[in-house]
Formats: sequence, C-alpha cells, structure tokens
Amino acid sequence: MKTLALSIAAAALAGGLLAPAIADAADVTIGMQLEPPMLDPTAGAAAAIDEVVYANVFEGLVRFAEDGSIRPALAESWDISDDGLTYTFTLHDGVTFHDGTALTAEDVKFSLDRIGADDSKNAQKALYAAIESVDAVDERTVRLTLSQPTGALLFNLAWGDAIIVAPESVATNATKPVGTGPFRFSRWTKADSIELVKNPDYWGEPAKLDAVTFKFISDPTAAFSAVMAEDVDAFPVFPAPEILDQFRADARFEVVVGSTEGETILSINNQRPALSDIRVRKAIAHAIDRQAIIDGAMFGYGTPIGTHFAPHHPAYIDLTGQSAHDPDLARKLLAEAGHAEGLTLSLKLPPPSYARRGGEIIAAQLREVGINTEIANLEWAQWLEQVFRGKDFDLTIVSHTEPLDIGIYARDDYYFQYRSDAFKDLNAKLNAATEPAARQDVLRAMQQQIADDYVNGYLFQLARTSVRNKRLKGLWQNLPTQANDMTAVHWE
Amino acid sequence: MSEADLPRAPSRFVALLGTRSFVVGVLLSAVFLVGGLISLVWTPYDVTVLAIADRLRPPSPSHWFGTDQFGRDVLSMVMVGARTSIAVGLIAVGIGVALGVPLGLAAAALRGGFLDDVIMRTNDLIFAFPSLVIAILITAVFGPGAVNAIIAIGIFNIPVFARLARGAALSLWTRDFLLAARVAGKGPARISVEHILPNIANLLIVQATIQFSLGILAEAALSYVGLGAQPPVPSWGRMLAESQTLIGLAPHVALFPGFAIVLTVLGLNLTGDGLRDALDPKLRRGRT
Amino acid sequence: MLRYAIGRLVTLAVSLLVASLVIFGVLQIVPGDPASYMLGMNAAEDTVAALREELGLTGSAPARYLDWVAGMLRGDFGISYTYRTPVSELVAERLWVSLPLTIYALILSTTIALFAGVLAASRQGSAADLGVMGVTQLGISVPNFWFAMLLVLVFAVSLRWFSAGGFAGWEAGPFAALKSLTLPAIALALPQASILARIVRSSLLDSLQEDFMRTARAKGLSRRQALWRHALPNAMIPVLTIVGLQFSFLIAGAVIIENVFFLPGLGRLIFQAITQRDLIVVESVVMLLVFAVIVVTFLVDLAYAWVDPRLRRRT
Repeated sequence: MKTLALSIAAAALAGGLLAPAIADAADVTIGMQLEPPMLDPTAGAAAAIDEVVYANVFEGLVRFAEDGSIRPALAESWDISDDGLTYTFTLHDGVTFHDGTALTAEDVKFSLDRIGADDSKNAQKALYAAIESVDAVDERTVRLTLSQPTGALLFNLAWGDAIIVAPESVATNATKPVGTGPFRFSRWTKADSIELVKNPDYWGEPAKLDAVTFKFISDPTAAFSAVMAEDVDAFPVFPAPEILDQFRADARFEVVVGSTEGETILSINNQRPALSDIRVRKAIAHAIDRQAIIDGAMFGYGTPIGTHFAPHHPAYIDLTGQSAHDPDLARKLLAEAGHAEGLTLSLKLPPPSYARRGGEIIAAQLREVGINTEIANLEWAQWLEQVFRGKDFDLTIVSHTEPLDIGIYARDDYYFQYRSDAFKDLNAKLNAATEPAARQDVLRAMQQQIADDYVNGYLFQLARTSVRNKRLKGLWQNLPTQANDMTAVHWE
Repeated sequence: MSEADLPRAPSRFVALLGTRSFVVGVLLSAVFLVGGLISLVWTPYDVTVLAIADRLRPPSPSHWFGTDQFGRDVLSMVMVGARTSIAVGLIAVGIGVALGVPLGLAAAALRGGFLDDVIMRTNDLIFAFPSLVIAILITAVFGPGAVNAIIAIGIFNIPVFARLARGAALSLWTRDFLLAARVAGKGPARISVEHILPNIANLLIVQATIQFSLGILAEAALSYVGLGAQPPVPSWGRMLAESQTLIGLAPHVALFPGFAIVLTVLGLNLTGDGLRDALDPKLRRGRT
Repeated sequence: MLRYAIGRLVTLAVSLLVASLVIFGVLQIVPGDPASYMLGMNAAEDTVAALREELGLTGSAPARYLDWVAGMLRGDFGISYTYRTPVSELVAERLWVSLPLTIYALILSTTIALFAGVLAASRQGSAADLGVMGVTQLGISVPNFWFAMLLVLVFAVSLRWFSAGGFAGWEAGPFAALKSLTLPAIALALPQASILARIVRSSLLDSLQEDFMRTARAKGLSRRQALWRHALPNAMIPVLTIVGLQFSFLIAGAVIIENVFFLPGLGRLIFQAITQRDLIVVESVVMLLVFAVIVVTFLVDLAYAWVDPRLRRRT
C-alpha cells in the first residue's frame, strides 16, 4: 500500500499533471496490417515478426537507430582489428533474459553459431557467411573471426535475424519469445492481437509504457474505422494511402510520411532473349512515367528513384534523369532493337497494392510505346516459386525492403539475372572497404553502373505512411528496418 | 404426361409473355447482355487507357457512372465487365449440362446398377466439398484467370444437372410411351436421347437459368478474392474488390458494378421463374 | 435396416477415403513451397532445404499420405507450418468465431424467413405476399460480400454504429463480441433468409391444400388458426432439412464474409493457409469439413430410412 501511494505521488510530481493524463499514459495500441505467423525472427522472413519483437522483446549485439545508423545494444563497445577480420565485442553487464537467466558470452556464441549451422533455418544466413568462428573469451567478451573482410558486418548484425537468444528458451521462441528487451511477451490472441508488457528488470533505460498491444487489422476500411474510433492509437504503416487525407482533416490525428528501405522496381528478367538487349530495357525505362505511377498507385506518396538505392542515404545519387519519361525515345529504341511491330511480355504481380495498381499503370504506359503485357496477379507463394525461384517471368514489380541491398546485383542467379563482371568487382571493393568515405564512393559507382546498364525499371522509394494520435510521441518516422521500436514511445 | 399432352409451341410462348416476371427478367438481363455486346464494338471510353488526373470523379454528364481509381470510365468498365460475367456463367453452365446430363441419363438408364451408384455417390462427394474452398484451391493450382474460374464453377454444376436429369428421367422410365419404345427394340441410350431428353428439356432449361445466375455470383465472388479474370480485362467482382478501400471516398466505384451484378442476377432469376411458371403450371406457386 | 445401415456405412468409409485422396492429391500439385514462403527472398537454398526437412516435407508422397491419415485417425491433425501450433488448436480457436457467427446468422435468417414466409402464405396474392416475394427475389440476387460492403458503408463508415471489421474477442465481453458479429451475421443471413422464406411460403401453401387442412377448417378453425396449428408444423419438415443444409454451408461458406469483415474464423484460416501454403492446415481443415458433411448426410439418410422404410431401397 505504501509503495503504491509513493508511486502515485512520484508520478504526480514528475508529470505535474492531473490524474486523467496519467490514467491512459500506461499503454498503447498499435495497428498492423499483417499478423506475424510466429515470433522468432531467426526462423522466418515475415516482416511482421520484426515489427512486433525487434528492439522491444529481442535485442542483438548492435541495433538500428531511427536514422538507420548502427548503435550499441547488448554490446556496449567493440574493437575491429586492422585487417578487418576480428571483431571483439564487450557485452553490457547485468543483462538478463525475461526468464531470469543471465546473458553471457556463451549465449552470443550459441546464437551466432546457430545461424551458420548446417540445419540453420535463418532466412538471412548468407549475410553471416563470412563469420568463421565465434569465441566466448570470458563472461562478457565475444570474439568474431571472419574469413574475409566484411564492411557491412555491424550493419548485418543489427538485423532482427541476428538477435541474441538463450539456449533454454530457443525452442519456444516462436510462440513464447524470451529475449532481453525492455518489453516481455505477455499474450497472443491469434488473428487478433499480441500484448507486450514492460520488463521491470530491463538493463538499459526502461520503457515509458507499461504495455503495448499490437492489433492486426488487414482490411484498410476496418483499419480506417479502428483509427477513427481510437481503437488503435497509431497505425505505423497504414495500408491505404488513399484514406490518409481523411485523417489529415481530423485534428485528433497526425499523418507522418517517412522513408523506408523499400526500392520499388519494375524487375526485368535480363536473360530473356528480347530483354537481354539493353536497348529494350532502356526503352522500357523511358516508357515509364514515374510520377503517374506514384500518383495513381500510391496517391502521391513516394520518391522517384533512378537506381536501386534509398534517396535518404548519404551516398545516394539522383539518376532519374537518365531514364526520364520519353515515349518517343522508347519507341525509337524498340524499333532499333527490331521490335517496331510490337513486343509482348509477361508482367507478374505479387499482392501488395503498389504492385497491383502500379502494374496496371505500367501496362498502360508500355502499351503506349508498343509493348503489350500479359498481367498475372499472383499470391506471394506463387510469386516466390514462379518468379523468384523459377525465373519464369519477363517483368514483375516488387519492393526490395532490405536495407542497403544493392549487393544483390552481384549475384548472377538472382531472379532478375543481371550478370556483370564490372559490378561484381565493385561489390568486392565494397566488402573490402571499412572506411565510411571509401564505402560511399564505391556505393555511388555501383548505383551508376546499374543505372547505365538499365538493369531494371526503377520506380520509387516506398513511403512510410503512418497515422497516429497527436499526443503519442516517440514513434519512428522513418523505417530503417521493419520495426516498431516502442522503447521511447510515450503519451504527452 | 405423354408426348402428345405437351403444350404446343405457340401456346407456350403466349404463356411466357403472360408471365410478368419473365418479361421483366428478360428485359433486365437483356440490358446487360446488350451492353456487353455493344462493348465489343464500342464503349464510351477506352477501358485500357488510364487518366490518373481524372481519377475518382463522381458521376457527371461526361462520365455517367463516374471514374475509377485510375480515371477509367466506370460505365465502360461495367459494359466490358458484363462480357466476362456472362461468358464465365454461360460456359460454366455449359460444362454442367454437357457432362452432368449424360451422366444423369446414364445413371437413370442403369438405375440400381453399380454405375448408377458410383455416379450418384461421386455426386454426393462433390457436394460434400466446400465449393468456394475448392474453387480457391483449383485457382491456386492452375493460377488465377477467367478460364480456371470457369472450370472451378463448372465442376460444381455437374452434380446439379446429373442429379436433376437422373431424378426426372427415372420417373419417365416407368411411363407407357417408353415401354412402347423398348418393345420396339430401342436401346437405353437411344431412348434416353430420343424420348427422355426432349421431355426433361424444360426442367433443364429452368435449372440452367438458375445455375447461370449462380455462376455470375460465383464469378463475382472469385474475382473479389482475386482469382477470376485478370487485369486489364474488367470484371465486376474485381471492380468491387478494388473499390473496397475507396468506399468512403468514392462510393460510386463500388455501387455501379454491384448494381450490375444484382440486376443481372435478378433478371435471370425472374426469367427462370417465368419459364418455370409457363412450362410447368404445377409449380406456379413460385420458386423456392 | 441393419443391412441398409452397414451398406451406407461402407459407402461412408469409401467416400471419406476418396475424399482424403483427392484433397491430398490436389495439395501435392499446388505450386508454391511453404518453406520458401516462410523464409522469403534472401534465404539460401540449404536453409530452405533444412526447413523443408524440419516440416516433414521431404518424404515420399505415399508415406506422407499415410502419416497424415494415421495421424488423423489418432486425432492428431499435424502442426501448422506457419503458426507452429497444432492444427486442432487453431481450429478450436477459430470455431469460437465461426460457430457463434453461423448460429447468429442462422437464428436471424430462420426468424426472418419464418415471419416473412408465414406472412406471405397466409395472405397469398396480397401486397404483403408480393412484397415478400420481391424482397426475397432481390435477396437471392445480391452478392453477400457486396451487401456486406454496403452495410459497412452505411453502419460503420457513415453512422459509425459498428466497427467496420475485426473481432472484439470474447474476453471483451459477450456484448462487444456479438456486436462485432452483427454486421457479418446480417450479411450472411440475407440470402439464406430469402431462400428459406420462399421455402416456408411454398411448403405452407402446399400443406394448406392437404386434406387434413380441409378437415381442420370443417371443424370450425379459422384459416389463421388452422395455419398455425396444422399447416405450419407440417411445413416445418422441408424447412428444417434446408436449415440443416445451410448450417454446414455457412460454416465453410463464410470465407468471403470473414474476409470482408476481417473475422478470425475458420473460413479465413483456410483462405490464409492456402495463400501461405500452410498445406497441413488446408488438408486437415478441408477434410474435417468434408467429414462433417458426409457424416451429417449419413445420419440424415439413416433417420429418413428409419422413418420411411420404403427409402431403404434407393429410388
């Protein structure tokens, strides 16, 4: 009783406000479009997993900050050897998992070894392929030895796929996640919501909220009315940009448009006979009117891009002029390539509305210059099988949401099948470079290379359109990774 | 009733015209049928040309039904969409009749036999499957598209016609005029085609009208979940699906394709009622 | 009777066997691999292979079929690939939405249908009869998902009486839960009520012409009294048969309505499982539904045969 009275007094002092403000200051409900299939980010690729648990329940050695930079998390500091082959991390003291067990260097070794194991189910295993060995030097020191310098190692370790888990709880993380984060898992009402509660024993700065509920509402109309009824306090990735204007008109809400890591591109199968001709790919690039696609598919939300790179990144170069909308030039190029009579291509579209709507618009734009498309709307499973694995497509539209993923152009067997030795050289240089300035130079050259080769049609950077209660503060504006970091969120 | 008892054609026609529901029904469905036919040669606007700047305009003299999320003319889309709905519904009925009626006739001809049992049990089995789920599975196997939607809907029409044909044929096999045909040495197959089929044609036509309207509803449902005709071919169901998030912003995009479905199906149902009333006076009390 | 029952039981077993083969067979040829769906675009080949191994997707088809059937006979329906929880648990959870929704819709549709059907039949040819016939004709013609969208437009978007979708959950209290099922139940009930109202009307009219009605009237009962006391109970037999049929139809047939309103029901579970290639969920749930329909049909057949021995010889 005494402690309760004390805490009320403390709250009143700290807030300097009356009870009502405190009464609802404890919890928040976040709307999400998709429900995660399970909650272990080391065993699945679904973005919704990280959107619930990243930084909230699970933490890695390092983590992404809102601006995309790398910050310490479980590792308070690290040392990189001069040859770039040895990383020594020092762990924070006094970190415990939600089940009470202490975090040790052995847990880190267990977690990272697990990624590289033969029977690993980690969706991003390739990112960590350079890690040769992990050694627990002492209770709080971990040493990673690499087989080759990997400039992006810290960046890769910040992904949700490299979170640190405990051997005792790893088997049940899918349904009852046990991490080290500021929130612990409380309850999962299937197909409805997941509830997290504050972790009172958190090692770092404690969360400001007592509880967070993630509520899953896939239908945009239902999402709209849930926000309007204040059933959810924020919808960080609102599924239907067309509805946002109705929120803007309402004084209770704030619409925030931020950036994401999603380069939305018209992928071209570079190994198809007609499409292996750079003139045809260039013609497609010039046939596209990016602004019409952004307006028509995204209701104006999105930034045009001319290469596979995020515009908010410091190394970004604007190459949109290189593939400006120019139907006449496109027709001319097609005629030169021997397709004056016209050309028919398949256009396979996955479910998101940027692809479905964008696809119809692109089909109309390509028709203008004499390219007919056969649209097929596919589910994700079919898309992965036919397009991504089977490479049975001419054109497709997809948003590449992984951060800083230009390296995919160095993979010959990647689904758009771009094969360029020049680009592979650049990629090797990038991996060898650890100096930020040198890395940025290489990144610029890579952007230029793929734009010059007209590998794909570069459309726009996916915007992050979110709506939130005006009094709710501390949510991320941008989306450097798929996450809803709730650690700093609070009511005003 | 023997063949001689059947009403003569002219009186049947007069009876039809006398049925209000038949006239109203035919007129209603004809509106969309004609709209679909006209769209083959002319639509107010080209449905493949997008005009993003003119999107989601409410109905006006230049766009009677307004424009959709890409600035396309909704009236033109509804006209072209009629083609998809009618084609899918019609062909699916065709599959049901072409496969179901022979099976039903065969089962009746071999009544009580092993084949009869197999056919009817297979029918029961098909009925036991949740039809929409199976339709979704079929399109998952073969990919979405109008043809696969037709197959998915058509399969479930087969048992309907088989059962109907068998039931009606069974009652005919006991009649005198068939006995006469058998005495004359005609085989069961010939009797089925020459004597039974003409006599159950009325029933089949009525059922075909009903299945046609159900087929249009099923196509709309499949398109609504994204498994019917693929863009840019307009389809009523997909128009509804795509307009769902816009319903607060531009209700007309969701209303007109919906009206089109309702009126066409209503028209066909009324036609079916009228046909039934005219062709089979015993059932005049209305369809159930 | 016993011989008839055994014969029907054999047919039932064969039907179930064939159904299981068909379901399993269809799912073998569905393109798309659950493991690569779960691991996404960056996954390495060997990772996908490892996951396939863990999910038990690597054995030969006959072996997996036998495993599946043997599991079901023991009451074990397997473990969902994506949710990593037993299928039986998922089904049980979803039934808490689907079953109340179905019952709610059935109560609505039966009540409306009885009222409208009796009204129409008791005043055959009147304006009320014409009205009922017209409205029900319309009700049969409306796609239920479009009707659902209209309900959302009017009652959720404009009037804001209901939420446009989602399920409040039974923890939120029965009132809140039922409230979130109301619009979906109405959307589901409309076509069913229309069909049923027409059946009530015509079977009432049928029984009104039977001899016992004339007797009843001759005994001095008014037309209305005769209708309520004699015709209605008689007309209920075909009506109840249809209600029974509608029940199994509604449980599975709510897929689209559950999608419109984003209800976490059984139909939505199947739909999601198909798109996520959670094939173990699809095969087990479809099998359960088919099983339910086949068994209900079997019981109905037996009941009819018991009542009416003539039916023991198939006609």
